[in-house]
Amino acid sequence: MLDIKNLKVTVDGKAILNGLNLNVGPGEVHAIMGPNGSGKSTLANVIAGRDGYEVTNGSVTFMGNDLLSMAPEDRAREGVFLAFQYPVEIPGVANIALLKEGLNAARRHRGETELDALDFLKLVREKLKLVEMKEEFLYRSVNEGFSGGEKKRNEIFQMAMLEPSLAVLDETDSGLDIDALKTVAGGVNALRSEDRSIILVTHYQRLLDYIVPDRVHVLAGGRILRSGDKQLALDLEERGYGWIDTVAA
Amino acid sequence: MSAMESHAVPYVEAQQAHASELPAAGVAALDRSRLEALEILGERGLPSQHDEDWKYTSIKPITRSRFSPAVSGVDCSEHFIAASAIDNLDAWQLVFADGFHLPHRSKTDGLPEGVQVTGLAEALTQDPAPIVDRLGFAMGEMPHGFSAMNSAFVGDGALVEVDPGVQLDKPIELLFVSGCSGEGFLSLPRNLVILGDGSEASIIERHISFGAERSLSNSLTEIILGKSATLNYCCAQDQAERTFHVGGLFCRLAQSAKFKATTITMGRSWVRNDARINLDAEGAHANLDGAYLAFGRCHVDNHTHISHNAPECTSRECYKGVLGDRGHAVFHGRIVVQPHAQKTDSEQSNQNLLLSADAQIDTKPQLEIYADDVKCAHGATVGQLDEAALFYLVSRGVDRETARRMLTQAFAAEILETVTPSALQNYLASRVLSQLSPAVPPEAVA
Ligand SMILES: Nc1ncnc2c1ncn2[C@@H]1O[C@H](COP(=O)(O)OP(=O)(O)O)[C@@H](O)[C@H]1O
Ligand SMILES: [Mg+2]
Repeated sequence: MLDIKNLKVTVDGKAILNGLNLNVGPGEVHAIMGPNGSGKSTLANVIAGRDGYEVTNGSVTFMGNDLLSMAPEDRAREGVFLAFQYPVEIPGVANIALLKEGLNAARRHRGETELDALDFLKLVREKLKLVEMKEEFLYRSVNEGFSGGEKKRNEIFQMAMLEPSLAVLDETDSGLDIDALKTVAGGVNALRSEDRSIILVTHYQRLLDYIVPDRVHVLAGGRILRSGDKQLALDLEERGYGWIDTVAA
Repeated sequence: MSAMESHAVPYVEAQQAHASELPAAGVAALDRSRLEALEILGERGLPSQHDEDWKYTSIKPITRSRFSPAVSGVDCSEHFIAASAIDNLDAWQLVFADGFHLPHRSKTDGLPEGVQVTGLAEALTQDPAPIVDRLGFAMGEMPHGFSAMNSAFVGDGALVEVDPGVQLDKPIELLFVSGCSGEGFLSLPRNLVILGDGSEASIIERHISFGAERSLSNSLTEIILGKSATLNYCCAQDQAERTFHVGGLFCRLAQSAKFKATTITMGRSWVRNDARINLDAEGAHANLDGAYLAFGRCHVDNHTHISHNAPECTSRECYKGVLGDRGHAVFHGRIVVQPHAQKTDSEQSNQNLLLSADAQIDTKPQLEIYADDVKCAHGATVGQLDEAALFYLVSRGVDRETARRMLTQAFAAEILETVTPSALQNYLASRVLSQLSPAVPPEAVA
């Protein structure tokens, strides 16, 4: 699904990722953990195609294609989704208008017809249920005045609507209380499937009690320092990131 | 003779040549006020950039060639009017061709008792005295040569008078079509709106162009609101590239009257608007909003002036502009709080979205406060599309072009969404969108 080789990225001339390797197979859930500032969001943004990140080396292959040469909107239409760590508020653009535009752009891209209003609404209602969101959120401006938890739910709702092949969830768990966390995790679990891969960026082990990952990676100093199964997350919780540094050194 | 004065000469001469043919000529009081206005036009001339209020707006595009005042008898086809109609708008309508009322194109059936909606010339001919008394009252001092010109020729336009206590359940649309007479004509509509105590009305003033003919439209609307009267007013300016438009909006509010005005400037023309609102008695409230688009090489200038002349009045003003290509916009908003206008509550803002490096905005919000117990806030912003918002939309699969348009539209929506009725709001939103579609260029992001 996703194959990252020796990825080096700089921001404003400062090296953030220093030769990162990561391979995520179809249907797998990988967790990426690491201290603040270790480059987790940088990796997520590079996958989504945000400006301002310079790839100086390496490759990112998504379903056999060179992801880095694709425009961000094409990545989205090909099935890449990023749930933002800090979802931006967009006054004046209704949630539903964004979804309709995004969903239909992907359908056109795949040579399918656009959904008619009725089918669209049916789909929307079904997905709202998944994350326990009220219908009124559809007609509100994107994220405007949403609480932290509502913003994170809205990200997962959008993911459910767009049905990506690869979803990168950047700290979707942070700022959620335990009930919201369970709801969001439930939504994500419902979207797990054989042909959908998920990368969970988090720095708490807590989320992984609810979404059990196939692999856990530790990102520090711009590299994957260690990979393992879910036990690695538990070890990290107990011993902290310092332990990884010493083991790696 | 200065250039300003000499530019006015052809118009002074044209007025002198046609004075005796103007509606209700011979009515002494009217003749006198036309003559006074003519003298002001002759003395002050047309504005120049030496004039502080015209610093950023050159009238050269207008003075390059002269315009002849249009004469009555001009018509506009029924087909054109039908094609320009606002979908699903249920309204009474007066139609004007180059400033002249077309009774056979107008729809005023079923107006309730106590409401007069008619051509000004017709009303002046029938009973001039009550009209002459009130012409010029809302305006007060003439702001510049163009308003003097309009007053010197005052004749046709719309008269809307609503008796005290009468509430209209449908809007009145005043549709002004310019360029009907052909190339090089000047229209000078004068509108007078009088709302009696406690009455309520909605008025839509819409300016469009018949074709691509070069024309000058010098339009002036005066509004007098009685105690507790409520007027919902929208001016939609949607003219072609070679139409020059000078618009005047003057309103006086009595005690507890409410005025909501929204001026939407679209189109490709050269536009200068002057709005002057006088809050004359306690508890009056004015909401003066505007949205303007300046694309291509078009020029849009909004000068507004709200005067708090009595205690406990409130005013809210918000103008938003979207500029692209080599568009140029000017905003100058003055709020004046007179010495005895204690407990004034006033907010003003001007926000601009610049989509191109070649577009230009000159904005000047201005507060003049002569009272001590007041709450006033004002500010202006100039910015580009938000890069983070743009990436968010694009990351959901929306192409960049559409994403830019969505954000630009969202910016203007704040003003459009306050416009009622919804048929008008939908119409304006789709007109604005159609103007934005080709106009938001790829380099429009900071
Ligand atoms: N747009 C940016 N401009 C400048 N520095 C950045 C930018 N984005 C990230 N960085 C820097 O890159 C490093 C990694 O940041 P980030 O990827 O956000 O880490 P994480 O998500 O793991 O906390 C940090 O030192 C951060 O300050
Ligand atoms: Mg981060």
